[in-house]
Amino acid sequence: MTAISVTGLSKRYGATLAVDGIDFTVAPGETLGLLGGNGAGKTTTIAMLLGLLIPTSGRISILGHDMATDRFAALARMNFSSPYVALPGRLSVAENLRVYGHLYGVRRIDARIAELAGQLDLEALLHRSAGELSAGQKTRVALAKSLINRPDVLLLDEPTASLDPDTGDLVRSWLERYRAESGCTILLASHNMAEVERLCSQVLMLKKGRVVDRGAPQNLLERYGRDDLEQVFLDIARDRQHPEATA
Amino acid sequence: MIEQNAAMASAQRIWGLMYRHLALFRRSWPRLLELAYWPVLQMCIWGFTASFLATRNGSPAALAGGALLGGVLLWEVSLRSQMGMSITFLEEIWSRNLGHVFVSPLRPFELVAALIGMSAIRMLAGVIPAALLAWALYAFNLFALGPVLVLFFVNLMVMGWAVALAVVSLILRHGAGAEALAWSVLFGLTPFAAVFYPVSVLPVWLQPVAFAVPASHVFEGMRAALLDGTIAWDQLGWAAVLNVAWLVGAAVLFAAQFQVARKNGALLSIGE
Repeated sequence: MTAISVTGLSKRYGATLAVDGIDFTVAPGETLGLLGGNGAGKTTTIAMLLGLLIPTSGRISILGHDMATDRFAALARMNFSSPYVALPGRLSVAENLRVYGHLYGVRRIDARIAELAGQLDLEALLHRSAGELSAGQKTRVALAKSLINRPDVLLLDEPTASLDPDTGDLVRSWLERYRAESGCTILLASHNMAEVERLCSQVLMLKKGRVVDRGAPQNLLERYGRDDLEQVFLDIARDRQHPEATA
Repeated sequence: MIEQNAAMASAQRIWGLMYRHLALFRRSWPRLLELAYWPVLQMCIWGFTASFLATRNGSPAALAGGALLGGVLLWEVSLRSQMGMSITFLEEIWSRNLGHVFVSPLRPFELVAALIGMSAIRMLAGVIPAALLAWALYAFNLFALGPVLVLFFVNLMVMGWAVALAVVSLILRHGAGAEALAWSVLFGLTPFAAVFYPVSVLPVWLQPVAFAVPASHVFEGMRAALLDGTIAWDQLGWAAVLNVAWLVGAAVLFAAQFQVARKNGALLSIGE
């Protein structure tokens, strides 16, 4: 069984085709990187996976639940984090986590908050307003929110954007450890190629709403004859000739 | 057992969203003060006006003054219910939190239930101080209307929720650009709600409009109770029937606009 299965997924806004018939699957416990420039269709794809957006055509199944007909059963076992969606700034960190604990049906919420606070070094922040925190602290709180229900599928939209290298590295290390311990399936959209190389076992390259390449990071590097994913990304984004094709 | 667990889970999600808004009040006394500010101010203005009329014109004016104060207090029930629900929804937009709420397992009907719960709390926090002020300053005891007052309250609250649900639907459709409706829409209905005068005062061609507004029947009933000491069951019946129609209409509009918002991507950009 696959954790995420996407078949013929398209989204059209008037004359604009934001996502154009993409297909992919993610196996349980795998981390899939979604790469692409601005306007490639990453956010639209994530929004459809989360049920925020109804596809024009195609089918999404998450954890065996069809997102068109049974999305709430899947949503209870998923979670999401993005620096572009805020948590209520006037509530304390603990209150925020309590709200989402209730929304996701978590039992013994305060014990779960204490556990996450210990793991993500949030103890000193629990009673501070979320709006007063630094970018790095907010990211850790958002991550705690996204893990409050011990999700089986985690969607992360640029989880380390605007973080300093040290905090970014801590978050990445923590995600690696969490995935290894929990077996959680992760879909990661990022512009940080080093992050994708480090965390993802599979990568999907999107451009103008279409999947233009896919594979394990190492396979992509070999196929394009490049040393890092950033160069592969630029090859694709700038329509450079495939190195093997020009050879 | 499964149904019971599902009901418990649903109640927990509704409470979760209500807790989010109650926590806001716990951390901000100006927000609490703001809830009672307008109802109390309205009561002061209309209370002194009614007292002045009573001293000049005697007993008939005192009776009319009582009806005026009753109207002010009960209309606040509708106003505060509608604003409470609409503003609670807007709080989610202002805090850019809707993205998280809509990707949680919270069902749309649970969102509406939480908004209704918060609306009731906000309404009571506004109307109770105003009612106490009316009793303390003007010796006007709203509760002297007896148990029928509960029916007046319920009908006016339900009308407020129906209007608020329509406002929330328009916000889903048009984004934050429609947020001014949260404050203004029910004031536009005031002339047809027969709050301060009977429907018969309106021009004949406008009376059908007034009779289509549930509140007009509640206020006709309130005047019957205050001035004649009778309970106008027919008026209460009409108010209830119209409220059911308004609520069903608003629920259909909300469901349709929610689907449209999921189709056109409005849930991704609703705060912009």
